[in-house]
Amino acid sequence: MIRFLIRRIVLGLITLWVIVTLVFVLYYAAPHDPARQLAGRAATPALLHQIDREYGFDQPILVQYWHYIGRLLPIPGHFDLGTSNTNRLPVTTIVAQALPIDISLAVGGAILFSVLGISVGVLAARRPRSFWDRSATVFVLTGVSMPIFILALLLLYVFYYLLTVHGIAIFPKPGSWTPITTNPLEWAHDLILPWITLALITAATYSRLTRSSLLETLGEDYIRTARAKGLSERRVVYRHALRSSLTPIVTQFGIDLAGVLGGAIVTETIFGLPGLGLTVVQAIQVQNLPVVIGVVLVASFFVVAANIVVDALYAVLDPRVRLT
Amino acid sequence: MSLAATQLATSEVIPEEPESRRIEGRTPAQLVFQRLRTDRVALLSIIVILLIVAVAIAAPLIAGVTGHGPADANVDTGTDASGQPLPPGSAGYLLGTDNLGRDILVRIAYGARISLLVGVLATAIATVFGVVVGLFAGYFGGWLDSILARLLDVVLSFPYVLLAIVLVSVFGASLPLTILVIAFFSFAAIGRIVRGQALSQREKEYVEAAHSLGAGNLRIMFVDILPNLVAPVIVLATLLIPAAIIFEATLSFLGLGVVPPTPSWGNMLADAEGVGFQAWWFYIFPMLFLLITTLAFNLLGDAVRDALDPRTERIFARRRKDANTATR
Repeated sequence: MIRFLIRRIVLGLITLWVIVTLVFVLYYAAPHDPARQLAGRAATPALLHQIDREYGFDQPILVQYWHYIGRLLPIPGHFDLGTSNTNRLPVTTIVAQALPIDISLAVGGAILFSVLGISVGVLAARRPRSFWDRSATVFVLTGVSMPIFILALLLLYVFYYLLTVHGIAIFPKPGSWTPITTNPLEWAHDLILPWITLALITAATYSRLTRSSLLETLGEDYIRTARAKGLSERRVVYRHALRSSLTPIVTQFGIDLAGVLGGAIVTETIFGLPGLGLTVVQAIQVQNLPVVIGVVLVASFFVVAANIVVDALYAVLDPRVRLT
Repeated sequence: MSLAATQLATSEVIPEEPESRRIEGRTPAQLVFQRLRTDRVALLSIIVILLIVAVAIAAPLIAGVTGHGPADANVDTGTDASGQPLPPGSAGYLLGTDNLGRDILVRIAYGARISLLVGVLATAIATVFGVVVGLFAGYFGGWLDSILARLLDVVLSFPYVLLAIVLVSVFGASLPLTILVIAFFSFAAIGRIVRGQALSQREKEYVEAAHSLGAGNLRIMFVDILPNLVAPVIVLATLLIPAAIIFEATLSFLGLGVVPPTPSWGNMLADAEGVGFQAWWFYIFPMLFLLITTLAFNLLGDAVRDALDPRTERIFARRRKDANTATR
């Protein structure tokens, strides 16, 4: 287990390093002049020169790379993602401001999509080829085929626009966001449509996974034994079968959770939530590369970390999995 | 000797099987097509896809008939007296116009070209690279496999939407870049499947036989092993097409894919969102076309998987039997 963890962490660090280097190469190979961008429109040659010196843009590329990597090492007080080109705030501050929104989105969305996805999957697997199974198939296919921005726009159109036009203003307008510490009810109210958006799209994968995994488990010998013992069908399905068929779902869950934590770009853009996703899209529009890179690194960290945690959990949950 | 042989042959006359019981030899391809033919969902999705292909091919024709180009702002006829966009069914504009007076029907038809082009081309590039990388990794094994397999792992654990966005923001949005970005983030899925299959195939006797006949590595990989991997690759590729179409639409929606004024279903929806919800027809038609296309490809992918999987034969046989008893 320890050996496995070390291997996975090393692989994770390599992945992060590849991403960091890729982003660095893109940043410096890109046809743009960072000093000119920082200086703004009224750039004098002297100012450009001063910025070049201050930020080290005049140094050889390998030296810059060295400093860039050095700043990213997780040493307290040393860690630094750079400074935003537009408002000169440290990127770490910008990320810290945006992160609560992504955590809120991820937590609420994850609860909804796992509950919804697993229940639909169980419903389908308990009676294969029944009406419920076919309905579940339709649900899965629609979810897989539906671009998330279409669902978000549809929800916004029906539940915000149409209702509000007819005088029933139940759902908040896009751009509403209340921290949970201010008012938990308002917080949930503002996030309900984004949660539903994330949940409906993601739940499709979960019901497909749950269905196939549960069907396979229900065909195992120990399930027949459990039935032969006279256990109720409920107990057989939920206590015996579902438990062991949840392992593949855990993998998917970790990756999806990390994905949302790193910024639900489309959902945040449409619902106007100032999380990492919206931050990065806005930064791109003004070519604010330090912010873009910072967010990409944070998001990559979540994804890489989730992959490691999930692989370790997998082995804990399923004793048959051999760690290599 | 020869006499004996002919005698033997004539003496052992094989009785004619009755017409209905005769067993025909069928190639795997024939089997798959036969199964697809009996699958109504597959037929329907193929028809839908062909219709959309027809719309895409006929785009210039549609533009010619209506007399509006895809990027023409029809200032004189495209808006009503007070400058508002025309709803669907207006004279000359079957699906209405957008806020700039552009013909939505013509734009949808041109958008179909983009979606299909990106979907098919990105998947084709991803499949070729995925197959080559997967075959080399799985067939040669050893250090080459270690490196390539790790590479696939790394690509698979990228937060790919974000990285796609970074790439696009650095190099500037364009159609070729969109296709390459989508292809890059899809090839690892194919590569991993092909690698796994190649790992098991290379231990089979036929590979040893090919070796002893003097076949080279490349020949064994691409002539002997590859045909055995066609089934999973085709299934995955069919399912990657709708994913690529969604990816392109999403990038274009965010303003990072196809550059306006070239219409794509994604950037049409972005334009619509910029205007607000007053005109429902800005939204509904690109949405419908996008959904129907991805749904058709997903349904076809599922059907192809069922048709290629020998284990589903029983289901098809039963269905055929049911069909026979029903018609009787």
